[in-house]
Amino acid sequence: MRLACPECDLLHESMEITYGHSGYCQRCGAVLFRNHKNSLDKTLAFAITGLVFFLLANIFPILVFKMNGNTEANQLADGALEFLNSGYWPLGILVLFASVIAPLLVLCLLVSILLPLKYNRLPVIPELQIRTLLSLRPWAMAEIFVIGIMVAFVKLGDFAEVGIGGSLISIICMVLAMVLAFVFLDRRTLWQRLDQLK
Amino acid sequence: MRGLLPITAKNSGILACETCHKLIVCDTVSEKGATCPRCKRAIHVRKKNSLNRTWALLVAALVLYIPANLFPIMTLISFGRESRETILSGIYQLFLSDQWVIAIVVLLASVFVPIFKIAALAFLVISVQMGLTWRPVFRARLYRFVEWIGRWSMIDIFMISVLIALVKLKALATIEAGPGALAFAAVVILTMYASKTFDPRLMWDRLEGEIDE
Repeated sequence: MRLACPECDLLHESMEITYGHSGYCQRCGAVLFRNHKNSLDKTLAFAITGLVFFLLANIFPILVFKMNGNTEANQLADGALEFLNSGYWPLGILVLFASVIAPLLVLCLLVSILLPLKYNRLPVIPELQIRTLLSLRPWAMAEIFVIGIMVAFVKLGDFAEVGIGGSLISIICMVLAMVLAFVFLDRRTLWQRLDQLK
Repeated sequence: MRGLLPITAKNSGILACETCHKLIVCDTVSEKGATCPRCKRAIHVRKKNSLNRTWALLVAALVLYIPANLFPIMTLISFGRESRETILSGIYQLFLSDQWVIAIVVLLASVFVPIFKIAALAFLVISVQMGLTWRPVFRARLYRFVEWIGRWSMIDIFMISVLIALVKLKALATIEAGPGALAFAAVVILTMYASKTFDPRLMWDRLEGEIDE
């Protein structure tokens, strides 16, 4: 089976490589595929882990802000809602999508694709599910959101007392799980598995 | 790595699906309205109108970069005093309060990354349009880096979203978003799309002496 480099179009004969290694394009160096042992199982495991932490991230506050005896805490979606309330609705939608909806959808899509495959069944609409997953991926910005929270934390620390809430730890765990899920996800393995079942 | 063919999919009459990477043999490579038999998505030999679209998005991003830096991204109202903060003054504040690490992270993400992205993509598009054959592997790496780094500019937008949700103690202290944030978010999104519409395969086509897009 041949494959074309997605970044320079060079055709390669498909080669078998040992587990834990990646295949790179001979000409431009782009990653063609990664060969992980039990790639899809590992991705599924991390996606489920990510979903659990996503739920936990919604229960507790992210940061707690104290000033002159007043206390204010924020939760995961509060920033987006505050943008919506103050008239900056494009920013509200963007932040809600990038920090809440897209990460949740990405994790749900991963589970809904990989769980049936695990039991040798086809997902409901595999083509649409995988396409949506791949196009949503760059917009799921939970990892960038975490850095944004840290910057806010440092900035506020200058003039008030700020504490860390339980959700921040959950979000960090969710980000780690999501990053690892994508590290182990190999598109080629995924499509080959689907082709086998069809 | 063995088994290398010295030919590309395009010049051997094969379409490669961008979504699932399936190879489709075609009699006429420029076939219109073809869809991938595996993932059902429209397939093209090269991304449609790649260079024009990238240019348009880059110019739009460059224009919006001006209000993004001139207008305040947020306003702090504390004890009746208003202090407006732009992207640059926010970074300056961080330096003043000796938060060097965070200040450098924000400086990189909010100032250098957008400028670098616009400049790098403009260079890549121009290099294709002029038919440059200069250091293709370097340019391929540059493109990969630009694609990866772009999303990180969103740090400032998320920071504002956290601050406005957290600091709303009426007269005591309130933080409100400013119009600069809107322009800045638009810059980030436009440059993300600009790097998405650029087709890196065009750089390699020029090496093979192909001029048509």
